[in-house]
Amino acid sequence: MSRTFYSSNPGLLVGLAIVGLFIAMAMFPGLFSSQDPAGLRLEHRLSAPSATNWFGTDGVGVDVYSRVVHGARTTLATIVVVLGIAIFVGVGLGSVSGYLGGWIDGLLMRVADVFLAFPPLILALATNAVLGRGLQQTMFAVAFLWWPAYARLVRSQVLAVRKLEFVESARAIGATELRIVGRHVLPNVIDPVIVRASLDAGFVALTAASLSFLGLGAQPPTPEWGRMVAEGQKFLLDQWWVAAFPGLALFVLVIGFNLVGEALSNRMHTGLHRSRDGETEER
Amino acid sequence: MMGRYVARRLLLMIPVLLGVSILAFYVSQLLPGDPARAAAGRLATPEQLEAVRERLGLDQPIPVQYGLYIGRLLQGDLGTSLSSKQEVAQELRIFFPATLELLLATMIVTVVLGIAIGVRAATSRGGWVDRAFLAFSYVGAGMPVFFLALLLQVVFAGWLRLLPIAGRLSLETVPPPALTGLYTFDALFAGQWATVMDAGRHLILPALTLSIAGISEIGRITRSAMLNALDQDYIRTARAKGLSERAVWLRHALPNAMLPTTTVIGLQVAFLLGGTVLIENIFSWGGLGTYAWKGIFRLDIPVIMGITLVSTTAYLFVNLGVDLLYTKLDPRIRYE
Repeated sequence: MSRTFYSSNPGLLVGLAIVGLFIAMAMFPGLFSSQDPAGLRLEHRLSAPSATNWFGTDGVGVDVYSRVVHGARTTLATIVVVLGIAIFVGVGLGSVSGYLGGWIDGLLMRVADVFLAFPPLILALATNAVLGRGLQQTMFAVAFLWWPAYARLVRSQVLAVRKLEFVESARAIGATELRIVGRHVLPNVIDPVIVRASLDAGFVALTAASLSFLGLGAQPPTPEWGRMVAEGQKFLLDQWWVAAFPGLALFVLVIGFNLVGEALSNRMHTGLHRSRDGETEER
Repeated sequence: MMGRYVARRLLLMIPVLLGVSILAFYVSQLLPGDPARAAAGRLATPEQLEAVRERLGLDQPIPVQYGLYIGRLLQGDLGTSLSSKQEVAQELRIFFPATLELLLATMIVTVVLGIAIGVRAATSRGGWVDRAFLAFSYVGAGMPVFFLALLLQVVFAGWLRLLPIAGRLSLETVPPPALTGLYTFDALFAGQWATVMDAGRHLILPALTLSIAGISEIGRITRSAMLNALDQDYIRTARAKGLSERAVWLRHALPNAMLPTTTVIGLQVAFLLGGTVLIENIFSWGGLGTYAWKGIFRLDIPVIMGITLVSTTAYLFVNLGVDLLYTKLDPRIRYE
């Protein structure tokens, strides 16, 4: 990654700064906040943002700022676990399905259909309800509904690519099936997966937070942004800060991830094609 | 050829629906708690509890219970809700149209605006429309749905008092004579303009909340697919033979850009079916989402099964539609 890559992508710098900041919060919350994210002080409940409580205090007098800081770890861990599982399973099954076709394609896509056919949040709710409330349960429930989206996306791309001439030429010169898929088909279908994953990092965070908003997911006193917004819902019109700051933190983190993902996919595209006048293209 | 393909796909829906129903049935069996207790109430004596258990067939082995359920299902009987004692089919007839109305409004807004904005952004790459859309798409993709819902409620209902905060109709409005169950359509048929307007005003905030993410996602994919298509040789050919730029865009680039867009629209429908759980909760919409949410927490197995089967069937038809669209959009894709 050259210097021009960074300077031509202000979005990437902003995105990296945001994500980096939240990663730092997740790893060293003590550096950002000295207050206890679980320290009840009922006499200070619902106080407005001030010099001591930057984001105010919530319904039981806990400092909202320190709960937002400590919530970063919950959200980032969820993203890593969920996307890791979903991409691994989805890309594997999707490429096999699209390339081989036949009964394997039929079987895999029917299984993906069964999963996709469930309204996602309902499947996650049910899975979460079965597994019990909790952070790990939510991670599993979200990963459980996420992989088929990748499988179908990859499959539809492979379907369009596998009949192209360069695949036939590779076969004609005697390349093995594994090599054809790995060297010729997958590199041509991976772009949309990366574009999708870059949007998904944030989307996973949003889905997990939604489950927490509905009362599943990480349980108090573990700080979790979705849950904090839900708790702030009843003070919405007067003590807006209880719901607003955790909601904003989630919003900003997701935007950060999207900016990074966007810049990376730009780079991939400009690496592949240069526009006619030699300038790097913006996509 | 195509007819046989469609017929096969319809037949293939049967195993999928069976798979979904088995998965849903076993998942509901795993839910912690005792459905007989939930149905009989907390004060039931052990004898009453046993009687309820026997009456509901809950004393039978699970595969037998599943078999009985499917047997009744084939006769069109979805069972009776354990908590409300109403027929599930009857309750679905009430709740499904509410969700359908919300989703239709959302999809129309999402697809029309998403594709239009995506194409417009691609045609002026780097221009102000493109930049404004990019900025919007970051906001749209980053905004938590539940947070946006609360924000819109505070601003448009709380502060500006322009739109109703929740519900499908105002308290003083009488629901239109039931025909489809979609209030806007029914009121339109009955010629009740005030009711059409009232139902429409109630639709705005929830539909807007649900469509923001979809507009930015479909817009992004359309934009990048358009730019991708414009790099192809046939575009140069089209330009070289003297076609207007407009024809190049709409006749040659757009149809080729629709393949990835269609995939995303199909996935979007599935996410919306689930997204309604959140939105219906916040906007007190009284549709499938609320019904599902209550069903899961009340261990109401017939309700969970009914919702699962209805939304699954709806989704399967959307899915088949997407696959058929592929062949229209890219004739290289053929189904035998």
